[in-house]
Amino acid sequence: MDLILSLAAQNLISPIILFFVLGFAAAFARSDLSVPEAVAKGMSLYLLFAIGFKGGASVAANGIDQTLIFSILAGVILSFVLPFIAFVLLRVMTGLTAIDAAAVAAHYGSISIVTFVAASSVLQTAGLVSEGYMVAVAAAMEAPAILAALWLVARADAKAGQGGGMDAGLLREILLNGSIVLLIGSFIIGGITGQEGLEKIASFIVSPFQGVLCLFLLDMGLVAGRGLRDARHLLKPGLFAFGVLMPLIGSCLGFGAGLLLGLSTGGVMLMMTLSASASYIAVPAAMRVALPEANPSIYLTLSLGITFPFNLTLGIPIYLALARAATGG
Amino acid sequence: METHKAKRVEITIEAVMETRLTDALVKAGVTGFTILPVLGGSGRSGQWSREGQVSRAGGMINVACIIRPEKLEALLKAAFTVVERHIGVVSVTDCEVLRAERF
Repeated sequence: MDLILSLAAQNLISPIILFFVLGFAAAFARSDLSVPEAVAKGMSLYLLFAIGFKGGASVAANGIDQTLIFSILAGVILSFVLPFIAFVLLRVMTGLTAIDAAAVAAHYGSISIVTFVAASSVLQTAGLVSEGYMVAVAAAMEAPAILAALWLVARADAKAGQGGGMDAGLLREILLNGSIVLLIGSFIIGGITGQEGLEKIASFIVSPFQGVLCLFLLDMGLVAGRGLRDARHLLKPGLFAFGVLMPLIGSCLGFGAGLLLGLSTGGVMLMMTLSASASYIAVPAAMRVALPEANPSIYLTLSLGITFPFNLTLGIPIYLALARAATGG
Repeated sequence: METHKAKRVEITIEAVMETRLTDALVKAGVTGFTILPVLGGSGRSGQWSREGQVSRAGGMINVACIIRPEKLEALLKAAFTVVERHIGVVSVTDCEVLRAERF
């Protein structure tokens, strides 16, 4: 417990968290502070490029083994299973309709790449390394949750599911969304060029990384704060409790999977983080196409306004402390 | 100067539906349209602003097209299949154009 508290305290006063808090507070204070849309998009591309490339270079340095395949498989299974747990919890705790519950559940099976990037940054600060292929696991966990949610809706309310669901166009948009293409593309290029390639562009993707992440999290704080401010009337106690409980449940499953796979301390922590995080970019877009009847304010407020800040401030230190305690790292 | 009667159809819809809508319009024989980003607004789903949207899922676009009156029915049918279940507004207004052969 002392370890968790100590890590949480260290995490809370790190620049990335403080910038997030600044954005969050500015949004609540109705400040006109804003990050231009194109700049935010550019930073998001930079972070995906950097994290993907570094992951690929790490795999090139350490080699590929069968754990990579099993880790990706575990990620896919987790992403598919987590929405079922979330769906049941939501129906019991919040009384949401089946469509709203399924849409929220999809977000909790999928992942937040920004949370993953922040967790990677915390690992780096702690002097820990992780399996480079966790980047590929992150990418693999994006889509299965959406399929699980659509299946849940089809079962729970066939009538409401009419005319929607998954079509070839939506499947292509999910699997080939820009974030996934850049992340996996950079991962492959990093894998091909290895440490030599990394050294060539290190001054661009290693040194400025933390600074860009701070600025990006400032923007995320603004977005999360505005979303929460505008939709706070939706946040009944049951929903709020779900937004905190579900990442803890997800992280426990990720913890078990990480230990079973024999991942390093960093790998276990990242698997926990991925399982605990909730999407707010890819899945909302997919839900607007496939389940337009679901209320976007509910799922966006929960994933971005509650679970994302929770993971960023308290979740990540908890996951790191548990991973350390279990692996001795 | 001589002008010709035409119909202006304006569709405000979620940004994620953009390609689906424009594909449907092209299939319905619409040869031209203009797409504009929407900064914000208010409607049955409440007030919203483009500022602070983390993804395209929260944004809206406005698709405007000017067509010959006889093409209106086909366009509306095509548009309806896309917008039916989604947040948005479809409006039709009379207008006049200078060069009828372009529509």
